[in-house]
Amino acid sequence: MSFDTALIVESLPKMLMGIGLTFQLLILSAVFGLILATLLMLMRISGKWWLSWPAQAYIYVFRGTPILVQIFIVYYGFPQLEMIRESVLWPLFRDPFGCAVFALSLNAGAYVSEILRGGVLGVDRGMLEAGEALGLSKTQRFVYLTTPIATRLALPAYGNDIISLLKSTALASTITLMEMTGIARTIVAQTYAPYEIFISLAIVYMVLTFLIQKLVARIERHLGRYTLKEG
Amino acid sequence: MTSETPLIRMQAVGKRFGNFQALANIDLTVTSGERIVVCGPSGSGKSTLIRCINRLEKHDAGRIFIGQTELTDAMEDLNAVRREVGMVFQSYNLFPHMTVLSNLMLAQRLVRKMPRQEAHDIAMHYLKRVRIPEQAKKYPIQLSGGQQQRVAIARALCMKPQVMLFDEPTSALDPEMIHEVLDVMVDLAKDGMTMICVTHEMGFARSVADRVIFMDEGRILEQAPPLDFFQNPQQGRTKQFLSQILQH
Repeated sequence: MSFDTALIVESLPKMLMGIGLTFQLLILSAVFGLILATLLMLMRISGKWWLSWPAQAYIYVFRGTPILVQIFIVYYGFPQLEMIRESVLWPLFRDPFGCAVFALSLNAGAYVSEILRGGVLGVDRGMLEAGEALGLSKTQRFVYLTTPIATRLALPAYGNDIISLLKSTALASTITLMEMTGIARTIVAQTYAPYEIFISLAIVYMVLTFLIQKLVARIERHLGRYTLKEG
Repeated sequence: MTSETPLIRMQAVGKRFGNFQALANIDLTVTSGERIVVCGPSGSGKSTLIRCINRLEKHDAGRIFIGQTELTDAMEDLNAVRREVGMVFQSYNLFPHMTVLSNLMLAQRLVRKMPRQEAHDIAMHYLKRVRIPEQAKKYPIQLSGGQQQRVAIARALCMKPQVMLFDEPTSALDPEMIHEVLDVMVDLAKDGMTMICVTHEMGFARSVADRVIFMDEGRILEQAPPLDFFQNPQQGRTKQFLSQILQH
């Protein structure tokens, strides 16, 4: 079996044309996912069953089903519903990009909310009591004590989830989006050279993962500067 | 005893954790300027007693008054009471993500609504009082245990509380650091601060306390000025406890 290096050199720039779309999918889903995750986490720790139960049910459904199925339900399923076609959300669901961002965000929200909850639960109770004893309100304790510490505690797992999300964006190619994987599949269909193309694609994802890892490690060092004995 | 309103009044206070009776029928009155040491075996309810005073624990029987205000579920502003009651914990409980100075300024700014400069000056004043102004810019983890506990005391003092509660402030410290924390507490006592200290430092009790309270199984068994308490304990349980901790 031969390995066509020239083909790789030729097709890499083409695949990289899709990197912008990959980034758009990643960043938008990460941002919306984080907002949703924060809401879900707050519902979950509210101590009120009528907030906590719906959040738990949501998390169960979205973690319990494949992301690909979720994308298909949104993309193929929603347009069948008249109420969606007639709603203001129709422009979002008519567009495969909107569908992909929507599904990826909902999915990320479920996973990330549990990561955030882990961070919040890891915050030292005694330290919060000290805030309470000083007269800080519940909200002030959450904003000034819990949030900064929980953020640091959750960051390693969150970084992991962002990397996972990066690779989930590849699934958007199944609903016609020409992000990197979509372009790669097109090239393979034209050249019948899956080996070269998909390996180069894999390498591009690995480079991106490396960059995300580095970025997260930097933020970790910054947020964790107060955990070092030597200042 | 003076006739003015006592700072703290506990009347028949009880507290349960499940089936465990942590406090039973506690009557205690503390007047302004009084220094009280609470001792007793572990599990006797000492910590629960002082934690009820700033409502970190809710009592489930009896009544507690801080000044004129009764601690109840219905009270409008618990935090208004809390800022009058300073508390120091066994494990320091500093805010690890903030510098020493920020630890001291946070509640002043958020609760007392103090302007930044004023909060800063008050913080530095109390850091000098606990003798570590040079540590202001450090993070808690960069300090020794004794220094951290002194920061915790300064943090509570910045709120200008009317009474200070100490929950075994030296129990987590290495022996060589205990005295630096006790020195600060003795200074405070000399300045007339009203104090309730849960501690097994009997030397501190002897030299500083107006009254020593002995607790066992959630009850106050005995209370007396330190001289009487140590030389002439009335209860068998007290004698036994004292002989155990004074043996060495």
